[in-house]
Amino acid sequence: MTDLLEVRDLTVHFDTEAGLVEAVDGVTFNVRSGEILGVVGESGSGKSVTALALLRLIRPPGRIVQGAVRFEGTDLVGLSEDEMRAVRGTRIAMVFQSPRTALNPVLTVGRQISRLFELHQGASRAEGRTRTIGMLKLVGISEPERRARQYAHQLSGGMCQRVMIAMALATSPRLLLADEPTTGLDVSIAAQILELLRDLGRRTGASILLITHDLGVVAEVCDRVAVMHAGQIVEVGAVRAIFARPLHPYTQALVRSIPRIDRDVTMEPIPGMVPSLLAPPPGCRYADRCPRVLDVCRRDRPAPRAAAPDQEVACHAAEVEDAPARG
Amino acid sequence: MGFGRYVLQRLLLVIPTLFGVTLIAFTLTYLLPGNPALVKAGALATPEHVAEIERRMGLDRPVPVQYWRYVTGLLRGDLGESSSTGRPVLEDFRQRIPATLELTLASLIVAVAIGIPFGVLSAVHRDTVLDHLSRLLGVGGVAMPSFWTGLLLLYVFFYLLGVAPAPLGRIAADVTPPTRILGLYVVDALLTANGTALVSSLHHLMLPALTLGFAVMAPLTRMVRATMLEILESDYVTAAWAAGLPRRRVIYGDALRNALIPVITLLGVIFGFLMAGNVVVEMVFAWPGLGHYAVTSLMTKDPGPIQSFVLFVAVMYVLVNLGVDLLYGLADPRIRLR
Amino acid sequence: MRWRRLTRNRLSFGALCVILAVTLTSLLAPWVAPYDPDNPDAEATLASVSMRHPLGTDVYGRDQLSRVIHAGRIDLLVALCATAIALTLGSALGAGAGYRGGWVDQLVMRSVDAIMAFPAFILAMAITAALGNSIANVVAAIAITHVPIYTRLIRGEMLRVRETEYAEAARTVGNRPHQIVLYHLLPNCVPPLVVQATLAMGFAILTVAALSFIGLGIHPPQSEWGQMTAEGAGYVVSGEWWLVLFPGFAIMLTVLAFNLVGDTLRDLLDPRMRGVR
Repeated sequence: MTDLLEVRDLTVHFDTEAGLVEAVDGVTFNVRSGEILGVVGESGSGKSVTALALLRLIRPPGRIVQGAVRFEGTDLVGLSEDEMRAVRGTRIAMVFQSPRTALNPVLTVGRQISRLFELHQGASRAEGRTRTIGMLKLVGISEPERRARQYAHQLSGGMCQRVMIAMALATSPRLLLADEPTTGLDVSIAAQILELLRDLGRRTGASILLITHDLGVVAEVCDRVAVMHAGQIVEVGAVRAIFARPLHPYTQALVRSIPRIDRDVTMEPIPGMVPSLLAPPPGCRYADRCPRVLDVCRRDRPAPRAAAPDQEVACHAAEVEDAPARG
Repeated sequence: MGFGRYVLQRLLLVIPTLFGVTLIAFTLTYLLPGNPALVKAGALATPEHVAEIERRMGLDRPVPVQYWRYVTGLLRGDLGESSSTGRPVLEDFRQRIPATLELTLASLIVAVAIGIPFGVLSAVHRDTVLDHLSRLLGVGGVAMPSFWTGLLLLYVFFYLLGVAPAPLGRIAADVTPPTRILGLYVVDALLTANGTALVSSLHHLMLPALTLGFAVMAPLTRMVRATMLEILESDYVTAAWAAGLPRRRVIYGDALRNALIPVITLLGVIFGFLMAGNVVVEMVFAWPGLGHYAVTSLMTKDPGPIQSFVLFVAVMYVLVNLGVDLLYGLADPRIRLR
Repeated sequence: MRWRRLTRNRLSFGALCVILAVTLTSLLAPWVAPYDPDNPDAEATLASVSMRHPLGTDVYGRDQLSRVIHAGRIDLLVALCATAIALTLGSALGAGAGYRGGWVDQLVMRSVDAIMAFPAFILAMAITAALGNSIANVVAAIAITHVPIYTRLIRGEMLRVRETEYAEAARTVGNRPHQIVLYHLLPNCVPPLVVQATLAMGFAILTVAALSFIGLGIHPPQSEWGQMTAEGAGYVVSGEWWLVLFPGFAIMLTVLAFNLVGDTLRDLLDPRMRGVR
């Protein structure tokens, strides 16, 4: 499989009143065509900021300090605002965390979708309306004609999220960024939404970057997973490999904290808190919470190392058998 | 059905408010020391004469009866008589309402046309020179007494530059007012294609409208800026950016459309400001409207017109606020379609 | 961001200094003012700005600077008295309404609604006209129009405190709800009251000035900023600008200072309102 998206050394800072917050720090990963990549981490670990940075939607006081985002061969960071706008919505689309607030309260949901057809594909108003109905049907909304005329506050949370997904997929993007798309939804509705995402991804061939704090979700729908901690990616790899043999102490803690029915082990919460991203220490950002911390961890930032054919880890203490360090 | 109930609720709320308003106006007119019989009888009247007038005016009756007569009188359009013009107050009102209406509307146009774009730009270009300027005008605008603004404008544009007319009413003395249709000179002049009257009335309207418009612009700009800032950070605006909508469309379509809904609630406050400002600004520019009439009768110690003016303004204020509530309901689907 | 916070504080510090300076010069007016405010200088009538008369003189040759300084006493005193009365009366009514509930609450709140159904300035104008044209009545009029601010604030705060968790907690320990409300009310109410009173001072000064501009409250030769502006109004069309500029500027500066300090206090004391402006 080829890479649809290649993110290299992406760094985002926020210049707040309290000081410089290094929200995303040298993040490197890729998304392959047609795959679902999970990005997992605690809240405040920089997952959402990363997604917004990919679309260059970081607002002041935040800014992309450095890094490259190669998408279909072009570096998005170097594009002009107009060129970037042409990418948004058409090539890369996004589904937001709280569907109800992400829909405009004074426009009917149908209008919010149909205007994208008009804008991006030059459809007429009537044409846009027809395609909107088709889109709503596709995401499993019953009575699409009636729903299209309604406003966000008249729909249930799950239905709003389906609308958001319809909106995001309206102009068949190649990459879909889904930021915690199941937050606040019932477990059964959440499962349906995830199922829908996976299904639509397969059918359209779009890649999905799925942000979540729930490894259970990752296990269910993702092909690969990137684990984020305090603005950095600490481990990337195939879901099966990472669940079978998590290498980073943080990943190990995350995996242990998944509630499981088949094992009679008490769930272990991860000790400590996400470290402050205001002037973080020079070494590994997990050092203070890490049970296997070494001297070197507090001094040098660990570089990502290939650990297995499809697994990379950034940890001094991890036991990596065969691979040389990668720069 | 949800909206129907909402409308009904608002309409029902108006009744106790109007009751309170007329009660206060009644108290001010009849129960306070400035006994209307005394005023009417004059300083030299004998106690018997005063008592006679009191009886004729019904002032010896129990208070609730007096109040009832007062309210029923109001409903018949009886606002009393003006002792300075010697005519029914209602008639004087009819003659002067268009002047006040014209000034109020023109000021509102000035305030909206300058205030809203300024608020939007200030929010979009946050912390730039433009933003600082707009905020300076915002705090300065509410602190400047409008009579002072008016007089300063007069000094600059009439005395120094000579581009504004003398502050003597709505139209030049040597220009015949346009044929009366609505009573608004600018509109009437347009409708009758009367170029001379149009130019002259616009010329005279310019400074008063600017003065009053400036006075109400500040709260408008402040509110638009604050709500725009909030909305520009909202999820749905981020979603609109992420969907690749063009900048103008996001700012003036998605964001402003939402920002204007809370601004509707400000219209009531603005109307109150405009009415208060009218009194003072009409005095500065000798604008022959209701405020001017009320103050003139104040100077001649003729309380009737003032009390009627206050009542009139209060009733208008209640109705404007009702309209604001209904408009708010219409503009926000979250209320309209509960 | 940091720069803005800094300028904001510097600005409010300046505003505070303005308030202090205006208060001091008003208090010490007889000693600070260069001339007797009512004493005409026959050689300099309608004199423009000069070394002798820094703010010029009026049609009788009275020194404008001295008059502006003396006039400030009335503006500040009226605004202060009106605010103090409204604060006391309004808080008492709000506390009573929130404490008793029931018909007392209904009566107080409907009366407050009726007062608020009038634009404040128009009502103040009517009250002054009805009570009689004097300074005391201007104070009363402004106080009445400001009562609703405090009544609503205190009542709202009381109802809010009643619902909070610590009231709930105190209740379970056996304290009576009324005690709890009163005990927790004061610390919660003082900050917003201070904020509102500061902002109301600015509005009160504007109201006094506008009322006396249209001839209510002040009787010459007494001077007040709005009334001075009114006296100077006729001279603007003949170019004697100083008669209008300085008293009006005094109003603006003082009101601006109160508003800025009020805004800053709101940011500091009332975290719920933070970021609204």
